[in-house]
Amino acid sequence: MAQRGSLGRIFDEMHAPDGGIRPHYGSYQDWLQHTPPAQIARKRREADSAFHRTGITFAVYGEQTGKERLIPFDIVPRIIPHDEWRSLERGLVQRVTALNACIRDIYGEQRIVRAGLIPPEQVFCNAQYRPEMQNVAVPNGIYAHIAGIDIVRAAQPGGEASYYVLEDNLRVPSGVSYMLENRRMMLRLFPELFSRYRVQPVEHYPDLLLDTLRQAAPAGVDDPTAVVLTPGAYNSAYFEHAFLAQQMGVELVEGKDLFVHDETLYMRTTQGPRRVDVIYRRIDDDFLDPLAFRPDSALGVAGLLSVVRAGRVTLANAIGTGVADDKSIYPYVPAMIRFYLEEEPLIANVPTFQCRNARERSHVLAHLDELVVKECHSAGGYGMLVGPAASRAEIEAFRARIQAEPERYIAQPTLALSACPTFVEAGIAPRHIDLRPFVLTGKEARMVPGGLTRVALKAGSLVVNSSQGGGTKDTWVLED
Amino acid sequence: MLSRTADALYWMARYTERAENTARLLDVSYRMSLQRQVAREGYWGAALGITGLETGYKARHGAITASRVLRFLSVEEDNPASILACLRAARENCHAVRGTVTSEVWETINTTWLEAAEAAAGLQGGALQGSELTRYCEWVKFRSHLSRGVTLGTMLQDEGLHFIRLGTFLERADNTARLLDVKFDELAPAGASGDEYYEWGALLRSVSAFEIYRKVYRDVITPQRVAELLILREAMPRSLHACMREVDQILGLVANARSQDTQRRAGEMHARLRYARIEDILEVGLHRFLTEFLERTADLGNRIAQDFLVPIAAPEGAT
Repeated sequence: MAQRGSLGRIFDEMHAPDGGIRPHYGSYQDWLQHTPPAQIARKRREADSAFHRTGITFAVYGEQTGKERLIPFDIVPRIIPHDEWRSLERGLVQRVTALNACIRDIYGEQRIVRAGLIPPEQVFCNAQYRPEMQNVAVPNGIYAHIAGIDIVRAAQPGGEASYYVLEDNLRVPSGVSYMLENRRMMLRLFPELFSRYRVQPVEHYPDLLLDTLRQAAPAGVDDPTAVVLTPGAYNSAYFEHAFLAQQMGVELVEGKDLFVHDETLYMRTTQGPRRVDVIYRRIDDDFLDPLAFRPDSALGVAGLLSVVRAGRVTLANAIGTGVADDKSIYPYVPAMIRFYLEEEPLIANVPTFQCRNARERSHVLAHLDELVVKECHSAGGYGMLVGPAASRAEIEAFRARIQAEPERYIAQPTLALSACPTFVEAGIAPRHIDLRPFVLTGKEARMVPGGLTRVALKAGSLVVNSSQGGGTKDTWVLED
Repeated sequence: MLSRTADALYWMARYTERAENTARLLDVSYRMSLQRQVAREGYWGAALGITGLETGYKARHGAITASRVLRFLSVEEDNPASILACLRAARENCHAVRGTVTSEVWETINTTWLEAAEAAAGLQGGALQGSELTRYCEWVKFRSHLSRGVTLGTMLQDEGLHFIRLGTFLERADNTARLLDVKFDELAPAGASGDEYYEWGALLRSVSAFEIYRKVYRDVITPQRVAELLILREAMPRSLHACMREVDQILGLVANARSQDTQRRAGEMHARLRYARIEDILEVGLHRFLTEFLERTADLGNRIAQDFLVPIAAPEGAT
């Protein structure tokens, strides 16, 4: 485990420690050296203006309404050799299969709790546990149809690097539209690079997603109607909702377009009501049904939960999947894999200290300046302390918060995330990256090769979230 | 198609068409004000009258002056009917359903808004002057042509396109009727002396009908023929007859279980225009005729919203 200061060395995806170029970046380096900088600068401007014109933007919460920002796009691809991807893919499929088994178990027999592997209070007192879903059967027993697993790579003492799962996103993971648009942009700007490399395609993701949704339809529905449910045009990920609906050729609906009648869900159309069988929902559980969850939600559909419980509509992801993607459940995923699949985890977890345990807590409190502390229920890089980069005052503020509510926090060693060359003001410099691959599960888990690579554009920053000023790169998984 | 989606497409088209027609109105008002030195302010009052915004204007700006009206109708953000506000509303509606239109349509509408906003910001509170105004109006018209072209050239010919076209023609019928109503009132009572030649010419140009007039009548411009051309000529693309023919036809294409009465009313409006004679209309009074037409058009809009789209909320206090 690489901790800042203890090892110092950061794994560079392109450059080997001896200064040479790693083999899979050789051809790229060659291209870079033979392409005039002015031409590259022009292509970068072209990319910016194309993203602006097509409106591939996101809204930032707390900023002026209607104001949209571009997510900075970096033109240096993140390249993953074929073999490396094969083992990552196996590990991701394994992990998501186990996570689905666990959610099914939690809302069913609860074997894992009875076996004593996860403390019951961490499941049943979890805000994401939905008692409404207890003993409700879902099609194929699948809860998390769309999972985004955050993967990081960190240097090992030997100079090599390992992949770790940083986070499981099983509620409404976003970012896949950027994966698709980034590839489209690279093909448009640098077609010549694709004749040097055989890059595995990702363009079929929407087909795979539609197929996944159709597989998830309630039993007995022959030709299911699927829709994408969005909170609306002011949501930060609205572009993605619209994009996916369009690419799949299904309706993009808001809560007010839907209504429940006679235990059936309908959408209002110009030709009258039409039945809906599968919802790819991009709204959190809390807002789905004002009758069941937050009564002040105007985004959901009154009575939706009753239709779900009657098995007459499928939500992807199901209500209550959040119970397994919480940071307080994360430490138990390796145990889940062993318990349900009787396999050893193929991708490691980042070692995690749970502040709820007195011993781990005292270790955390003694090493706050070295650790990353995360709030269990937050996402998007909010509510997080990066010890080595934090001020004295920030550390003390977190100390007080941990002492007041220890069960809300976990801590991990500060990983030296791997870095990839990136265009910055002063030219090309290494910047930290992560990877969010997407795992789709209709009947069984499937993936498109790669995912969304996010890059922290500030020198030294480890926070790659777009809401915190991160950018993205195209991710190339090479053919064999 | 989702009712909300159809609604957004319909309003996207209406706002685009409205922006174009406001640009046409500004352009003609400006040209006319150059030609006739007297009663200048009258033109600008009339321009406000067409848009039905006098009250809103007076509350904000008080006395009518050329530059204030110009600014109010072109780039004032707080005026919901200014060209800028219409372009923004078109863009917002398109944004809400961007998955339903082709990416070319979205890019066109989005770019129009981005450029218009940039131009407005460049004025820094001032108004467009002289040739700048003409150029701006030309630009708005051009972008509207482009939007229509990219829509017809790239969109699947299904319900989505039908509701876009429905919005376009209903809005155009409304706008042509308003323009004619105000301008006719202004020009006709003065008697048909030679002075008005340029003004009738300007009016025709504002609806791109000057060459058409020449081609159709091969004769001097008379008020009666202008009225006939803009109301009854089926082949004239901005005439009330041409617009209502389209509305009638499109309603037939999108008909649903509850739209029978709406269709009947549109058919009736179309038939009236088809068989009417301009002499009879002038006999009753053009103003009366147009007022009734505008009322029926508004009623049709409400019925369309009720039958297919998102019903228009009753104003507060109404029952």
